[in-house]
Formats: sequence, structure tokens, C-alpha cells
Amino acid sequence: MNAPQAGLIGQSVKRKEDARFLTGRGQYTDDISQQFQTYAYFLRSPYAHAKILSINTAAAQAAAGVLGVFTGEHFRAVGGLPCGWLITSTDGTPMKEPKHPILADGKVRHVGDQVAMVVAETYEQARTAAGLIEVDYEELTPVVDTARAKGAGSSVHDEAPDNVCYGWAIGDKAAVDAAFASAPHITTLEFRNNRLIPNAIEPRAANASYSAHDESYTLYVANQNPHVERLLMCAFVLGIPEHKMRVVAPDVGGGFGSKIFLYAEETALVWASKQIGRPIKWTADRSEAFLTDAHGRDHATLAELATDKDGKFLAMRVDTTANLGAYLSTFASSVPTILYATLLAGQYTTPHIYCHVTGVFTNTAPVDAYRGAGRPEATYVVERLVETAAHELGIDPAEIRRRNFIHTFPYATPVGLTYDVGDYDATLNQVLELADVAGYATRKAASEAKGLKRGIGYSTYIEACGLAPSNIAGALGARAGLFEAGEVRVHPTGKVTVFTGSHSHGQGHETTFAQVVADKLGIPLDDVDIQHGDTGKVLFGMGTYGSRSLSVGGSAIVKAVDKIVAKGKKIAAHLLEAADTDIEFENGQFKVAGTDKAVPFASVSLAAYVPHNYPLDKLEPGLNENAFYDPTNFTYPAGSYVCEVEVDPATGVVRVDRFSACDDFGNIVNPMIVEGQVHGGLAQGIGQALLEHGVYDVESGQLLSGSYMDYAMPRADDLPQFNVVTAKGTPCSHNPLGVKGCGEAGAIGSPAAVMNAVCNAIGVKSVAMPASPHTVWQAIQASR
Amino acid sequence: MSTAITLTVNGKAVTREVAPDALLVQFLREDLRLTGTHVGCDTGQCGACTVHVNGRAVKACNVLAVQAAGTAVTTIEGLAKADGTLHPMQAAFKECHGLQCGFCTPGMVMSAIDLVQHAPHGTAAEIREQLEGNFCRCTGYQNIVKAIQTGAQAMGV
Repeated sequence: MNAPQAGLIGQSVKRKEDARFLTGRGQYTDDISQQFQTYAYFLRSPYAHAKILSINTAAAQAAAGVLGVFTGEHFRAVGGLPCGWLITSTDGTPMKEPKHPILADGKVRHVGDQVAMVVAETYEQARTAAGLIEVDYEELTPVVDTARAKGAGSSVHDEAPDNVCYGWAIGDKAAVDAAFASAPHITTLEFRNNRLIPNAIEPRAANASYSAHDESYTLYVANQNPHVERLLMCAFVLGIPEHKMRVVAPDVGGGFGSKIFLYAEETALVWASKQIGRPIKWTADRSEAFLTDAHGRDHATLAELATDKDGKFLAMRVDTTANLGAYLSTFASSVPTILYATLLAGQYTTPHIYCHVTGVFTNTAPVDAYRGAGRPEATYVVERLVETAAHELGIDPAEIRRRNFIHTFPYATPVGLTYDVGDYDATLNQVLELADVAGYATRKAASEAKGLKRGIGYSTYIEACGLAPSNIAGALGARAGLFEAGEVRVHPTGKVTVFTGSHSHGQGHETTFAQVVADKLGIPLDDVDIQHGDTGKVLFGMGTYGSRSLSVGGSAIVKAVDKIVAKGKKIAAHLLEAADTDIEFENGQFKVAGTDKAVPFASVSLAAYVPHNYPLDKLEPGLNENAFYDPTNFTYPAGSYVCEVEVDPATGVVRVDRFSACDDFGNIVNPMIVEGQVHGGLAQGIGQALLEHGVYDVESGQLLSGSYMDYAMPRADDLPQFNVVTAKGTPCSHNPLGVKGCGEAGAIGSPAAVMNAVCNAIGVKSVAMPASPHTVWQAIQASR
Repeated sequence: MSTAITLTVNGKAVTREVAPDALLVQFLREDLRLTGTHVGCDTGQCGACTVHVNGRAVKACNVLAVQAAGTAVTTIEGLAKADGTLHPMQAAFKECHGLQCGFCTPGMVMSAIDLVQHAPHGTAAEIREQLEGNFCRCTGYQNIVKAIQTGAQAMGV
């Protein structure tokens, strides 16, 4: 069932969507302008933490072109932005969920918090009028630093006086403590997982309108999951009947998690579109994006690994403080808990693991899922500990991993997951060859001859993807199902339109999903179109994140295709005057088994819509099927990465010289697209390790890295030529395509590999991310 | 208070009234509805708005519309032939999977064409260095570099 099939599955088919993107015919949200368009501008807080004593909007309301000025009081009657995952603290109390208002009400909690919205005939008029709004603030002491937020003396929310949202834990603490008490060796690391700012190149944007004709709303929005957006906005915030709202996420210019969430801006636009009676458009400029897109990571962690003298892992103990920012974003609570601590087993048989996580509020932008979401943080903990332990024990870093790899599957970890398949030795062995580890000593000598320090670092990661089995997620606190929906509509001529609840914002679904359907139906690729991103067209959907599109969304499509084939067999049986059970479907032909009697797919579809010769007494006309697929387990992509860096000890500059990756994604539909996904993930992971850092001034709470002049985005010449292969692989055992997901792997596995290499190069135990020249130079000086 | 400007855009003469502070990118996107040219930042760094002005790659967010008076501007919409045949650089980006979400792509392609015309036969390292004015968050640049080399060959530069 899971074997790769001949035909289109497995081929590096060039992408169907490229034609429009390459000719300027893409349609992103800001490209859409509607009749009678108006524009919104958001006045934002210049302070990290302040009381709003008064707001005077009179001058703004009187300004040229202004159609409406709205503040927090207008939204007092509607709900706050909801959080989709309930985390329960170890003492049994639910996490603190202070209201996340659409516009600030009485208090601002981070720089960039939205204070007022001005709607005007033009964007310039709205912006000019916003400058006329007088806000009287009383500054409060901001809470900024992750590690010092708990009990900081100033409270972000009254509901959480000590700034603690929850104190959550997983694992058997007593067993872990006992193992540590008698362990021959303990490796300890204390570090930050640096805050990242997602920076999809398309800024967030929205365009909302209300139709008095049928009392319905339409929202165009740069978003990764339009049905979720609609559900949250209708059911939890604005009270709009769900069937009276259409959400369209058209072409979306990258997401990386940051466009999963329901944000205040689009919610305010929808609400105000009825008040104004005209469409309202808003597009973030980059400065707003830095201040208000949900950020990623930002952990302070103390991690310990207990081993015996041979490097066998005995137990792991982790204490993490996770910065949740000023408000709980849509999935914020789950990222540093469910999506983090459950991955701490990595690829290893560590028998006892305990992790405690303190989620804290601070006066910074909300922190939520960013590419990998919890799993990069977990991998960083595990792989930095493992490599450090190897060096401390004098064991080769590859060898210490081999001694601890899981070899029998299914494998139940001590932190709640059950891995179905894997072959970690295979990916490690393959990457060691790919990386020419055997030639490392020669390259190191060559570097030394140039006065440079060379280091090598490993990372063997695992991730839980294909989010998620709804019942498991629900038991863990999810307030939503995590299935996916698909519909296969066969037209009378045999052409096919597929509707999927997954959303492509760069992943190439229009090609990959079409390959799957065309392959299974035995029809040309061009006869299949994929539609996504429109609640008015697609039956339902949970969207794209957590490397779930092909494994969950693709599985729903396969289920629908199977129904099409099953019905087609009945129609064919009638046309061929045979029994249903004698019909086989192969290469686009329905055949009577063992005969040369056959009818092509398009004849069956025509008969379904022109049912003159058709079993109407037993079968409905038409050929259109939908399916929902809820996975029975997560998928577990895994792989091995090797990084070599050269460090200039005079300047601290780190250059990634070689980066080799071998991933096991199970079966692969389009190798070209998969490789591209790995490239992109690696770039973001190397960016985290060496360049990117969301920095707030700890005194004032001002975002210091608020533009491309201050936030180091990876550029082409910051990155090496990646050496990427996919392993023959162990197909996922529980979805029909045997696929695991590939979107996040690169970002999950790479930071530890890079930092292990940096530490190895300069001979220190630990260097902070990002390993900027200044940081590395200081580490070199300190080690002398 | 607006100014009349005349220029050539994608081979066609255009005359329009523009505000003195209107940027070329605003003029292209909002007045001419050529929305293939994108805006990705507000500090002139991302390069998503790159177009050709008299054959040279220019960030359209860093030029006033009035400064483009009398010039010939080419945007991503003007690259392919009338029959739909892609410019060799566009074709190379498709062939090499040099794009994912497509948002940086128009600026990337416009930069790439100028880059190879003015520095042909660049090594991968040289191409990477010269791409510093264009951000891509999706691809990790590897396939963009490959596309630029492939496109340059097809262009015969």
C-alpha cells in the first residue's frame, strides 16, 4: 500500500503554479483592490507598557477623507482573540488567559500594540489622520527579559500577577531525579534559544467587505488556514454567523507559521467594514511586521543529560522558561509544551525524561509557531547535550549517537509519543559519507594553514509532524480538530478539480497534489487543477502548518479519489455489463478482469453526468466525492545533518563551509520540491544559528531589531551550497501515501549542527545563538 | 498638486498625472495596476520591487515616479513574449525550482537579468555576492543561483 507507485508519484515535475508567479500574474492580497475601496491605518503604541489615560480622536475624525476612527471601546462588546490550546499547570489549574483585545483597552502591552484604527479614502489620509489622535499614556515598568519575567515586580496582566501563564511538566520526575543521583556523568548546558522574527517577504495584509445584499462578509487575507480564521473570528470574536462569512487566502507570499494566526487587524477590518459600508484594505509595512507578526522561539533553558561512562544515556532533565509575549496568540501555549517537550527523546532510547516549562507573559510581541515550532527548540536541547556529552566523555559524536539510537519500532518514548518507523543508522551512515567526514582532518589542516579554525558538528533530529490525531490533540488540550478535508470533483469530460483544505504559500501543492491525483486516476497532469484557500469553494480545512499538507491533506484527497474509483467501477460495470467485483481500474481504464473489455475514465465520467445508460435505480448520477482524513498518529521525519564551519579567530566571523543533510521523509512525491523545502529550512536554521535575533531593549522594551538594517536576514552569500539527499527511507506506516512531511526539517535539525561545529572549532563548551562575530570573538577571548 | 509624466512601460507609451511624492513602485502598482512588482520592506533592502529603468535593475521603492519621466521601464509583466514564451531567465527559474511562494520572484528575476548582463560568467560565489540586494525567505537561494547560471547560458551572455 505504501510503496511508491510508477508514474507521476516520485517525479520531479516542474511546478504548475510557476507560470503566474514568474510573469507577475500572481494575486496576493495587496494586489486585490475592490470597488469603493477604503484603507485602514493602525495607530500603535510607542511604549512597551503603559496605561491609556485618554484618547482624543476629534481632530482625526475631522481630517480630510476620514470615514471612521475606532478605539478599544468600540470593541469592548466583542470577544478577544482566542487561544486554541488549553495548557493545564502541574497544580491542576488552567493557564491564565487574559483577554487579547482587538484594540488596546485601557492599557498597551507591547510596542506596536494597536491603539486605534483610522479608515479613510486613501492610505495616506488614514495615516495623516492617525497622527492627529492624542493619546495620554502613563508609562509602566515593562517586563522584557524571558528569564527575569517571573515575579518581575511589574505585571503584564492583572490576571497573572507574577507573569506566569502556566507551569507545565511532562515525564517522571522522581525516576529522572533518581537516575541523576547515581549517574556517573552529567552534562549540563544553560542557554537561550534566540527570538526569531518570521519575515515572510509578503507582509500581512487584509481586505474586508460587507454585503448588505445578503448580509455577508468577505475577507481576503494573507493566511495559512482560511477556515480556521473564519471559525475563530466568527465563533469566538465577532459573533458573525459562520455561513455569512467567506475567507479567501489567495496567493500568499510565505508564511512559516506567522500567517496561521488570527490577528487583530483583519478582525477589526471585518467588524468595521459593516460600519463603513465599504471594503477596507490594510497592508502591513515591514516595520509593522517586525513589531506585530507573532515571533518565534525565545526560550531560556537549563538542560542536563545523565550518562554512564560509555556514553549510554540514562536520563534527561530540562527546565525551560518560554516567553509567550504580551498576549496568547492562537497556538502560543502549545508550542513550548506539547510541540517541544514531547520531542526530547530525539532518536534515542533515553529511558527517563522530565521537562518543566514556565510560560511567561512579557511586554513584547506575542510568540507563537515559527517554522518547526517547538521542535527546533527541542532538537537544539537534545543535540547540543549529546554532542557536548560526547566531547566530555571522549567518544566520537557519531558513535555516541549510534550507541543510543532506537532500533525497534514502534517505540514509545517517555514523553508521550510513539514512533512508528525509522532507521537512524541509515541516515547517519549516509550523511557521514555525503559529508566526507573521512576527509575532515585534511580540511582542518588546510584551514589551520590559513590561520582559520575549522569545526565539525552533527545533529540527528526527529520531529513529530502531520499534525495531528484529533483525539490525541484534544486530550492534550487542543480546542480544535486537526483532520483535513478534500473533495475530488470529476467533470463530465473527465477533467478534475480538487478542493483541499490545505493551503499553499510556497509549498507547491498545485503540483504535488495534482501528481497524486493524476497518478491515481491515470489521467494527464494538466487535467487536474488544485483549488485551495477559499472557504467559499473548499468544503472545510484546517490549513497548512506542522508539515501536515501532504500527509494529512493529501491523505484526504487520496480517500476521495478512492471513492471516485469505487463509484466509477460500479458505473463501468453497468456499461460493460459485468459484475462490480470484476472491474479493475488501471492506467485510467476500467477493465473487466481477465478480458480486453474496457472503458476509459472520461467515458465513465460522461456517463455519470449524462445518465442515459446508467444504473439509476442503484446509483446517484454525478462523480464528485469528498473525504475527511484524521491521522491515527503523528508522522516522524528524521535525519542526520553534518556542518563544517571555518572561524576567523581574529574577527570571530563564522563561515559555513559545508552543510550535508540526509533526511528520511518516507515516500516522496516530488523530489525537486522536497529538496527545495529542505534548502529553505536549512537557510532559516542557519539564520537562527548565525544571524537572526529579535532583540528588545531590556529597560524600555523597544524592539531594537525592527528593520532589515538591524535584523540580519540570511542573504545569498551568507549561505553555503547545501549538500542534500533524501534517504531511501522508511515509509510512514499509517497514511495511504507513506509520506511524513518535509517543510520544517531543515529548520529543526540545522541550528544544533551549526552550533556544535562552532563550539568544536573554537574549543568551547557553549556559544550563544546567534553566533555573531562579536559573540564568537568574545568566546574565543574568554577561552584563552 | 500633481505632475504629468510620460514614459515607456513594457514597450508602451504612458502619460499620467502623478503626485510629486509618489514612488515609482506606487505608480506601477496603483496607477498602472502592474501588481507583479511587489513591496516587501520599507527600507530599500528586500528587492521585491526591482524593475528595469533604461535596462538597469532599480528598486522601484527608491525612485520617485517623476524621476522615471522619459525613461523606459520594464516590469516582470513585460518580460515574456506576446505569445507567452517566457524570457530565458523566467524559464530558468521554473526549470531550476528557483521560486516557492513567488513573492520575491519578480524582483529576483529582474535583478538576475541585469546581473548576468553586466557580469556574465559569474561563479556561484560571485552571483551570491551580487544578489545581496534581494531577499528570499523560501528557497535558501541555492536554486536561485542555479537558475541564474542556467538563465545566463540560455540568454547567451
